Amino acid sequence: MIPELGQFALALALCLALAQGVLGIAGAARGDRIWMAAARPVTQGQFVFVAIAFGCLTYSFVTNDFSVSYVASHSNSALPLPYRIAGVWGGHEGSLLLWMLMLCVWMTAVTVFSRHLPDEMVARVLGVMGLVSIGFLLFMLFTSNPFLRLFPIPPDGRDLNPLLQDPGMVMHPPMLYMGYVGFSVAFAFAIAALLAGRLDATWARWSRPWTTVAWAFLTVGIALGSWWAYYELGWGGWWFWDPVENASFMPWLIGTALIHSLAVTEKRGSFRSWTVLLAIFAFALSLLGTFLVRSGVLTSVHAFATDPARGVFILIFLSVVIGGSLLLFASRTARIGLGGGFEPVSRESFLLTNNVLLAAATGSVLLGTLYPLALDALGLGKISVGPPYFDAVFAAVMAPALFLMGVGPLARWKKASLPDLAVRLRWAFGVSVVAALLLPFALGQWSALVSLGLLLAIWIAASSVVQLRERVRNAASGAGVWARLATTPRAYYGMLLAHLGVAVFVVGVTLVKGYESERDVRMGPGDTVELGGYVFRFDGVREVNGPNYVAARAEIHVSREGKTMTRMYPEKRIYRVQNQPMTEAAIDPGFTRDLYVSLGDSLGPTQWVVRVQHKPFVDWIWGGCLLMALGGLLAASDRRYRVASSRAREQAYAAAPAR
Amino acid sequence: MLSKAITFVLLMVLAVAAWGKEAAPVAEDPVLERRLQTLSAELRCLVCQNESLAGSRAELAVDLRNQIRERMRQGQSDEEIVDYLVSRYGDFVLYRPPLKLTTLLLWLGPLLLIVAGLAALFYRLSRRREAPAIELTGSERERARALLSDSGRERL
Repeated sequence: MIPELGQFALALALCLALAQGVLGIAGAARGDRIWMAAARPVTQGQFVFVAIAFGCLTYSFVTNDFSVSYVASHSNSALPLPYRIAGVWGGHEGSLLLWMLMLCVWMTAVTVFSRHLPDEMVARVLGVMGLVSIGFLLFMLFTSNPFLRLFPIPPDGRDLNPLLQDPGMVMHPPMLYMGYVGFSVAFAFAIAALLAGRLDATWARWSRPWTTVAWAFLTVGIALGSWWAYYELGWGGWWFWDPVENASFMPWLIGTALIHSLAVTEKRGSFRSWTVLLAIFAFALSLLGTFLVRSGVLTSVHAFATDPARGVFILIFLSVVIGGSLLLFASRTARIGLGGGFEPVSRESFLLTNNVLLAAATGSVLLGTLYPLALDALGLGKISVGPPYFDAVFAAVMAPALFLMGVGPLARWKKASLPDLAVRLRWAFGVSVVAALLLPFALGQWSALVSLGLLLAIWIAASSVVQLRERVRNAASGAGVWARLATTPRAYYGMLLAHLGVAVFVVGVTLVKGYESERDVRMGPGDTVELGGYVFRFDGVREVNGPNYVAARAEIHVSREGKTMTRMYPEKRIYRVQNQPMTEAAIDPGFTRDLYVSLGDSLGPTQWVVRVQHKPFVDWIWGGCLLMALGGLLAASDRRYRVASSRAREQAYAAAPAR
Repeated sequence: MLSKAITFVLLMVLAVAAWGKEAAPVAEDPVLERRLQTLSAELRCLVCQNESLAGSRAELAVDLRNQIRERMRQGQSDEEIVDYLVSRYGDFVLYRPPLKLTTLLLWLGPLLLIVAGLAALFYRLSRRREAPAIELTGSERERARALLSDSGRERL
């Protein structure tokens, strides 16, 4: 009964999505106030029904209703409750339902937080999102129904993939999807503005906070995924340029470009067409990412599904969304207009150069991800494009972008002068060069790549200090330093924080790549191995029973200069239902290093293969991501996005001729 | 007396445990092992979903690593070993695709993207400078003033 209710709720949600699309877009086109006003409650109604469907599926998971095919293949009666709930998005159908739920959350957020926007704009935005929602609901109902029943009813479920039975995996998909789907708001604003034929600073201002929040969620989502891979896959890597990782990374890169491009459009009215294109592509890449993962085109850890019907639907949907938006874009470009002019050396050009680099980086990742598929499809042979390719290409494209990060925020809008910038940045540059040359010696061994990475990171940090200092010095008020700092808008601090996050991230990547070390040893009770100044003593292995697995748990005693530091318990688990062995690494995290111990094969009654790793500054990678996301949230919470617009402003918008 | 004996035995056991030796590396030759690690990190485990030969625990991967180790012991160079693997498994085994006609676009693509992107940017910038400044009409000026009224002092 409950699953049928869920199914019914989804069907009703589809009806409401149709209504939302028509009422929103046609209502705005006809200028029909009643239709436009109806778009809001219809959207909220859709949210209610999708939430009911989601609740029904969760209920089936919690009550172990194995008559539901999806539950039977992704859960088990021995699975602990939190993982039964996370099992809802542990497979293809449920992930789509989660996607839909997130879309409804964002749509409802638009209805709640956009009260000060003109009705026409809100109606169009909701209409566009309604169309997207139609596509997803159709996809779910026709090819990926999570509520399908199974007969005969199996006595127990086939269990959730053990890799996914982990707290990181519980949080990773919701965060990632919040980000992915969040770009649909930026997309909807762009399409709405195109439909209205009015792309201006107001449009950019309205979509900025939405884009930034979506980007922050995506940042956290990707970081969680990387962190999960680090501790759950058991080999200590944190990014493998797997197609699925790339699929989430591309929208992030374009989203980063979009945030900066929106800044130019809002402040100076320039490069509107470029901003619109970025908004379209950020969402298109999110769709592509969801679908690359979901269609089973790629074979990797995340690709659960293989079904041609799904692939075809996806391709058609993608073509409609991207093709339709680009057609609309092409038909309106003549009306977009140029905006304020600027010199080749100005903050605008620095930001746009960064945009070009970010877009090129996205293009390169896309090229590397799709190239093997294309070659294979054309019958030109099978190749692999892996970390060596991406590392080389990505670092080369991003290094200049990181350098520009230090310069751009200091350059003036409209017209900047290079000699002036050089004078203002000379100390920051000097400090970073000297530090980058000397620091590697202090860390052990000098290498050009480490030095370059540190140079870029310190450069970003040092130039941020210069920026803040100049800002305080140039503040108009005559008050003291603290008062000036207090009047600086949050958006500015958000930018500084996010840029510092990038610096922290670069430090982490550079140092872990440059100085990580590992040893593979065979150990019996009492044996010791030394790595990075730590002594690891193997104190034996005992058997442990988990709720749905048995494990061999080793005890490792870690000391440094004779002093006990900690005890670590790496495990080798066998999950009973799927009979799959899993390596559960033990990690001792630290500010300047992680100790990482994983248990390999058993070589005899007491002898085991053990891999110990010393990973300097690895946590800075995710710490940096967290700072970036916090910076984004801080910027999005800036007062000027929250001020209810004055009457004059709304009238100004309504009265202005479309051009 | 008995308790003393037990204590003595326990102490001996503890002592033995504490004397545990320095653990032996899994590999006999650490230098060769490092070379193997570096090389196999760039090779694909053919039966895994997307894992390098270095990271994989699959049987075939272990077997291939043993083969590579053996060839290294025989004095073969990395190039010879890679050539052998490619002749057996094709380019699919390489995570760094070789530069040939079919991969030309893959390797040149990023460079082309940057050059084309920057060229387009500079072209537009130079054209834009010649474009005359836009004159605002009276109503547009009004609207601009209204829009700027509550945000003029912020200048991010």
